[in-house]
Amino acid sequence: MNQPKLDLSPKVSDEVRKTTCYMCACRCGINVHLKDGKVAYIEGNRDHPVNQGVLCAKGSAGIMQVNAPSRLRKPLKRVGERGSGEFQEIEWDEALQIATDWLAPVRKSDPSKLAFFTGRDQSQSFTSFFAQNFGTPNYAAHGGFCSVNMAAAGIYTMGGAFWEFGQPDWDHTKLFMLFGVAEDHDSNPIKMGIGKIKARGARVIGVNPIRTGYNAVADDWVGITPGTDGLFILSMVHCLMKAGKIDLNYLAQYTNAPCLVNGDEKSPEFGLLLRDDEGKELVMDRATGKLTPFDQKGVKPDLAATHRHAGISHRTVMQHMAERYLSDEYTPEAVADRVGISAGRIRAIANEIARVAFEEAFELDQEWTDFRGETHKTMQGRPVSFHSMRGISAHANGFQTCRALHVLQILLGSVEVPGGFRFKPPYPKPATAHPKPHCNTTPDCPLDGPHLGFVHGPDDLALKEDGTPARIDKAFTWENPMSAHGLMHMVISNAHAGDPYKIDTLFMYMANMSWNSSMNTRGVIDMLTDKDESGDYVIPRIIYSDAYSSEMVAYADLILPDTTYLERHDCISLLDRPICEADAAADAIRWPVIEPDRDVRGFQSVLCELGAKLGLPGFTNEDGSQKYADYADYIVNHERKPGIGPLAGFRGDGDQAGRGDVNPDQLDKYIENGGFFVEHIPDGANYYKPWNAGYQDWAVNLGLYDSPQPYLFSLYVEPMRRFQLAAEGHGDRQPPDHLRERIKTTMDPLPIWYDPAPENRVDDFPITALTQRPMAMYHSWGSQNAWLRQLHGHNPLYLPTKLMQDNNLTDGDWAKVTSPHGEITVPVLEMAALNENTVWTWNAIGKRKGAWALDENAPEATKGFLLNHLIHELLPPKGDGLRWANSDPITGQAAWFDLKVRIEKADAPAESQPAMKPIKSPVGKGPQHLAWKVGK
Amino acid sequence: MTTLPQSTTRKLGLVIDLDTCVGCHACVISCKGWNTENYGAPLSDTDAYGSDPSGTFLNRVHSFEVKPPVLKDQPAPEAQLIHFPKSCLHCEDAPCVTVCPTGASYKRVEDGIVLVNESDCIGCGLCAWACPYGAREMDQVEKVMKKCTLCVDRIYNENLPEEDREPACVRTCPAGARHFGDFADPDSNVSKLSAERGGMDLMPEQGTKPVNKYLPPRPKDTLSEGAGDIDILAPYLEPVAQEASGFLGWLDKTLEKL
Repeated sequence: MNQPKLDLSPKVSDEVRKTTCYMCACRCGINVHLKDGKVAYIEGNRDHPVNQGVLCAKGSAGIMQVNAPSRLRKPLKRVGERGSGEFQEIEWDEALQIATDWLAPVRKSDPSKLAFFTGRDQSQSFTSFFAQNFGTPNYAAHGGFCSVNMAAAGIYTMGGAFWEFGQPDWDHTKLFMLFGVAEDHDSNPIKMGIGKIKARGARVIGVNPIRTGYNAVADDWVGITPGTDGLFILSMVHCLMKAGKIDLNYLAQYTNAPCLVNGDEKSPEFGLLLRDDEGKELVMDRATGKLTPFDQKGVKPDLAATHRHAGISHRTVMQHMAERYLSDEYTPEAVADRVGISAGRIRAIANEIARVAFEEAFELDQEWTDFRGETHKTMQGRPVSFHSMRGISAHANGFQTCRALHVLQILLGSVEVPGGFRFKPPYPKPATAHPKPHCNTTPDCPLDGPHLGFVHGPDDLALKEDGTPARIDKAFTWENPMSAHGLMHMVISNAHAGDPYKIDTLFMYMANMSWNSSMNTRGVIDMLTDKDESGDYVIPRIIYSDAYSSEMVAYADLILPDTTYLERHDCISLLDRPICEADAAADAIRWPVIEPDRDVRGFQSVLCELGAKLGLPGFTNEDGSQKYADYADYIVNHERKPGIGPLAGFRGDGDQAGRGDVNPDQLDKYIENGGFFVEHIPDGANYYKPWNAGYQDWAVNLGLYDSPQPYLFSLYVEPMRRFQLAAEGHGDRQPPDHLRERIKTTMDPLPIWYDPAPENRVDDFPITALTQRPMAMYHSWGSQNAWLRQLHGHNPLYLPTKLMQDNNLTDGDWAKVTSPHGEITVPVLEMAALNENTVWTWNAIGKRKGAWALDENAPEATKGFLLNHLIHELLPPKGDGLRWANSDPITGQAAWFDLKVRIEKADAPAESQPAMKPIKSPVGKGPQHLAWKVGK
Repeated sequence: MTTLPQSTTRKLGLVIDLDTCVGCHACVISCKGWNTENYGAPLSDTDAYGSDPSGTFLNRVHSFEVKPPVLKDQPAPEAQLIHFPKSCLHCEDAPCVTVCPTGASYKRVEDGIVLVNESDCIGCGLCAWACPYGAREMDQVEKVMKKCTLCVDRIYNENLPEEDREPACVRTCPAGARHFGDFADPDSNVSKLSAERGGMDLMPEQGTKPVNKYLPPRPKDTLSEGAGDIDILAPYLEPVAQEASGFLGWLDKTLEKL
């Protein structure tokens, strides 16, 4: 038998360049193999802290992204009507001059007439710096329509949330519980973690109406009724408190459970925490029986205390919690029907949590010293961990639901302890250590401070002197006081309505607002193209930057073409959304591993030039010349504070971490090191971080804090109570009357659950409709990817067996789906492992004809569809004439997952409805066949 | 027709853990990337941006819903979703090899890998018909048969660091659901894993003696509901108090002991 002789050691590549992936938001390290200067293969970087060598389908398909026919090639000036796709290619000089001619007068007269919103931007500390220098209050990224409830609830409650803020202690956890996780978020780390804990037999519980992905491999799947997670969690809180399965020592030492709540109903401070003259929360010390500031050495805070003074009883937060959560309102039997989980199963899950947290508890033999100066010989472990994302947060009750989950974690004593949930630097960082929002504008001047931040009461709202909203998106107003990420989903709607005011220029980056990133897609398209009586566009000017021919391109007047992620500089900065791990601070760069073959420029470099042309102080030298040649120049030379810049690694002579002088060779050092930098937290400092003196000192040294910032976890969130007090009539800043009752109800300082379904007319529309993102796709960037589109080229609507039978449907049939706002007609497929009253589809697979360089008959356009047509940015009218946003009343987060529909069988149309007319592609169409081999 | 070796020195193959595979397709695309650039003709995509895109893949993930049988006196069990990655199983009795009219398909004596020698392949497609697993795909541009090579150009490749000498799908799998090794060695990682977890042959009745093994999903949904008898079913939830005042008494007493 003759076997051919094979070359078993063929040359793999000419060179490997290590950079950071951008096929989704996870920021994994990648090795880009090059042959003849072209990308030959992409694999994960084994040394990288995020992905440790593995890489998902999106990451490996990056090669099809850098050769994508949808890449924009040159700046474009609109020559037809908006939406027509008629453009003229222009030179960069002309493009930058147009932008300058539009923006310079705006800045001189009223900077707030510029709305600058960046979508899936990983350079927010830079883009916000541009906006702040310009002077407009109207800046945010996409957090408001993504997961701000999760981020804000976490920061207000415990100084950090999931994903970029923290992670389970994968090495020690014995029970991992996931709530409503979109499968793309923190994609590789979650998969690695699940693989790791399943390999050692630890249990995974998935709570999600849909059993796909992580929920498919979960040992136990809880197919909950959408929007009721908060009620389920509070029922488990009920069970655990009633059984005394809570960590009393942890609660007494590290949380505000023993803090005393002002019980004087007549006081303007009713419901606030008692504090001493220095503003420190007071607790009753069991050792002395006296009121004592919480941070004193040796204090034994009394969780059960009542402080009686002048005839008034002030009780602890713990007492308020006992009163609320031990109530029969939260028994498993009382909630079972609403959450769709039997009482017995709720109890079985709570029992398992109690068993693992307390029977499988362990100690690490590691000494540490707390902020009170007391040294502990060991670290107490509680091996129960949780993770959650948009599934529970994209509801109008999402903030309180996320709060409930954090309260459950804290009651178990499982945050920042071995086996539990751990923060990643620069977190933990409490709300009080974040900036407050700033909104004061002066013509020709920068804004008075950072746009986004954390409010602590009505005084911090972004209101003008007359009480009207200062921001176009109405962030930080009485409608949604704690809107820490802004409300990008309201910008176009508000700008079109002139509510609260008209704008001149809408400037957006990486945000597909005329398609899958907007609620009410059809309505938004109409707003973008609407003209006033004089024939001018209601939104006069739109500038847009994107790397690809997305649906949004056709609706802009000026297009600034961005590069792909392999052709650019970026920094994944500690000032922004870094890549830290629980045991280390880390940041990373992107750098041009290939040069663009088109006349495109990295958006951030364009802003460096535009900022200089506009004469923005942060972008010009004293002689008026351009300060930063490009983004790389900014990354290396910009300093936020002396010694602190966008990148923490290799500062000074190249060996300083965190703080240090500018190092002109910094980027080269990053490239030598594989594109990232890691600084490990010393042993003994890596758990109990909010209270661990060793960690606090390490963080100060690295420049994460200016001074140690120990704090108590806020089971009781006092800022929320301040808004309630205003609604009750206290203080000078008063909410409008129509919002008083809602503020009183929803801004409860202890987690509550309320049902958003009635406002979404559940009586007429009894089925919940959800979307998920597949693991192999991300937002809209990947859907024209030649390899990935073969995995998810169209998206059926998945129906549970019962709804298929009730509607006499079989696979491949079509159904009309109707919501209070609109209707779509789409193909259906049966799925048994699905909550019986829920339907769902993959998000953002549907494409507009003419976009993304796809053929007009591409399945993405003919069979794919968006649920967005069914979702309005406003709630169905209540008959009071008011516009009620379809958002969380606390943070303004878009309530995507409150969508209620009904379903009926439909005759098969030629293609999914609504079918929108094609837009003209500014880049033509892709090649017929691919056989992409770059080497010989 | 082509003959198989009597035996092979090593039996290289994969263990695929169906308990852990989350169905993310990372292996599919990593494989596509490596094998487009490497062994033989590139894996092409026809109508790549059109109405009916169709490409050659050496590894695909299929998803199956499973409805466990309803047992008497038990609540109906939840349906399950199983992700099932499928590629060539490098069978010991590989019908795709014996059917080959030109000898292009062959099984390597030294490690058991089943390969196609593309220069001898006439694109007749008999092997794809013979394979009961549908693990071979005809490349529509090159008109040669493509199949998993177990990354034969990686696993011995001296231009790669030693730790990277494994198939691309194994190196990339985020959940760690794929393992590579020698099944002829009872002490190898794959032999031990397969023995511990009950590694299964795919369709053993076909008599192909596949080398790759699948680890079955573990039992699911065992935290099930009971009749509400707290003492038996939820022993750790025995109440310390029924209402808030009793709870405070317990709190006081317990804090005293801390």
